[in-house]
Amino acid sequence: MTKSGVTGKGIKGTLHGWLYLLPAMIFLGAFMVYPLIDVFVYSFEEGYNSASQSYFGVGSYNYGYVLRDRYFLQAIANTLILVIITVPVSTGLSLLISLALSSVKFLQKLFRTVFFLPYVTNTLAVGLVFMILFQKTEYTDGLVNLIIESFGWNAVDFISGPYWAKMLVLCVYVIWIVMPFKILILTSALASVNPVYYKAAKIDGTSPLRTFTKITLPMISPMIFYLVITGFIGAFKAYSDVVAIFGTNLNAAGMNTIVGYVYDMLYGDGGGYPSYASSAAIILFAIVLTITVVNLIVSRRKAYN
Amino acid sequence: MNVRLEHLTKVFPGRDKKNTQVVAVSDFDFSIPDGLLIGLLGPSGCGKSTLLYMICGLENPSSGKVYFGEDDVTGIPAEERGVGLVFQNYALYPHLTVRQNITFPLENLTGEAKLTKAERMDKALQVAKLVQIEDLLDRKPGEMSGGQQQRVAIARALVKMPKVLLMDEPLSNLDARLRLQTREEIRRIQKATGITTIFVTHDQEEAMSISDLIVVMRDGVFQQMDKPQTVYDDPVNLFVARFLGTPAINVFEGHIEHSKLYIGDEAVMDRVSARDGKVYVGVRPEGLVPDSSGDLSMKLVGIEVMGRDTSVVSTHPDMTGVNVRAIISAENVIDRDSGTVRFNLKRGKTLIFDKETEARIFYD
Repeated sequence: MTKSGVTGKGIKGTLHGWLYLLPAMIFLGAFMVYPLIDVFVYSFEEGYNSASQSYFGVGSYNYGYVLRDRYFLQAIANTLILVIITVPVSTGLSLLISLALSSVKFLQKLFRTVFFLPYVTNTLAVGLVFMILFQKTEYTDGLVNLIIESFGWNAVDFISGPYWAKMLVLCVYVIWIVMPFKILILTSALASVNPVYYKAAKIDGTSPLRTFTKITLPMISPMIFYLVITGFIGAFKAYSDVVAIFGTNLNAAGMNTIVGYVYDMLYGDGGGYPSYASSAAIILFAIVLTITVVNLIVSRRKAYN
Repeated sequence: MNVRLEHLTKVFPGRDKKNTQVVAVSDFDFSIPDGLLIGLLGPSGCGKSTLLYMICGLENPSSGKVYFGEDDVTGIPAEERGVGLVFQNYALYPHLTVRQNITFPLENLTGEAKLTKAERMDKALQVAKLVQIEDLLDRKPGEMSGGQQQRVAIARALVKMPKVLLMDEPLSNLDARLRLQTREEIRRIQKATGITTIFVTHDQEEAMSISDLIVVMRDGVFQQMDKPQTVYDDPVNLFVARFLGTPAINVFEGHIEHSKLYIGDEAVMDRVSARDGKVYVGVRPEGLVPDSSGDLSMKLVGIEVMGRDTSVVSTHPDMTGVNVRAIISAENVIDRDSGTVRFNLKRGKTLIFDKETEARIFYD
């Protein structure tokens, strides 16, 4: 008889293993895998009605509709701009702040707490603050505009004004809200680099810049890649941030994102289109998957492990 | 390049509430001649590494000076001192290949010292040949054994042809066989380059076997500096005597009375020209000569046969430590059944130390 348990190699041993995994498998299956397959099926069912559980036919019409919808194209453009600007900028800024934090000894803990505060603050509350800072109303131009005016420039309505102004506010907001987590990860990554490498570099007469680019950066590169990948995924799924600043009628504001479009198709004013929503969601899934795979391939090649 | 230390002291501020200071290195004042291999020897935590770091410039001394030749290098940063340092865990950059690791210091050179890529590769290959790793240049440190990594670390430290090569416990991360091999290697490389080399170790055998000179330190205090054999034969105090030699020296409590040395009631040596009083008697394992009518009688515990020679383990009421070990030639026959064994003490192998100060008492 074979020994049961982890070391056992017979059927019994494998069964034990599956048994341990069962709770996780049930939940993952019910709440992750099944919905994913379901959404995929919906996306091909034309005119699916969730109330009557009926549809007209099967085909790629939903994808065609969504890809021709100007609101969806606007949402894709907005999302891409958001991703391309916020991920590199927030990662770069976080790295700079982490470097500063790890070289500062005085009040280091206080600074760490301060930089981490946005992470524990409610998204909507922060959005409100941003709105107050940037909005131009009949009563006040807002703090940011007051500063701009003090330089002699014209005030801009960042919340309901021109597109670039709205995008700017959104990017600043997203960067600000994602940085604490990145700073947290990067400061611990920097702290985990064995100081003996810096000693060795010092003996060899390495300049601080070269020490950073040739030693520090490669050593923390796995963490940077992790942040870039999760940053991309997070930014592609941006929704609550946009709502926090521009309200729920995002199509009207021209600031919708892909997730926002999906939401609108399901529950928005023009809602009740689960098929279109599913197609949009699958397109988002495909984009995120592609980007992540590309990211992983690049990081395998570049990152030191 | 000879290295001279002048009253070199390092005091670390205390971390506890009382703020008691820790003197890691206390008033080191000696000169290391050019082109020799120096073993810096002492038990763990005695300040060896701190001393090494002060010589290379990674630590600033609290007081005192370091000279390389005629130049006072005390205030000069590490990178300008022209030293090579091999770290205990090698500190090879794990993301770079062996070749990149070795050329790394060369790429830092600027201005007139700047080298072309071909020159750098050439130098790297030269030094790689010296430490015999020319076949491993494209590997990463993680793909090599400890001994190979050690060689790469030495190559990296040597590639700029430093004035002084420093090694922090260079062999401690290697297994016993590699250690033996690598220490020969270090000796060979040092001879080939002629660079003054200081290495830190807590392993007396390691220090004795390859050093030209050894420096023994204890709790930050300099004890003795001399040729390994001299330090072994003529230790200045009980600590140094105990620290050097395997098996360790056998130490008995004894006394001197009327120019006779006693252990217990037995007079073990005549004509000891020293003051009467209580002493420690240290006898090297090879200094106990079995003799059926010998002066010192011991209770026999066991005999360990090692082929070339035999180790006789015995006990004595006045000994310090667990037992007394004598190394005798295998031809001697010891009667195992008698339960006692008698020895005569060899004069040159018997060392006497003051009971209070543990300082050596010389006699003739």
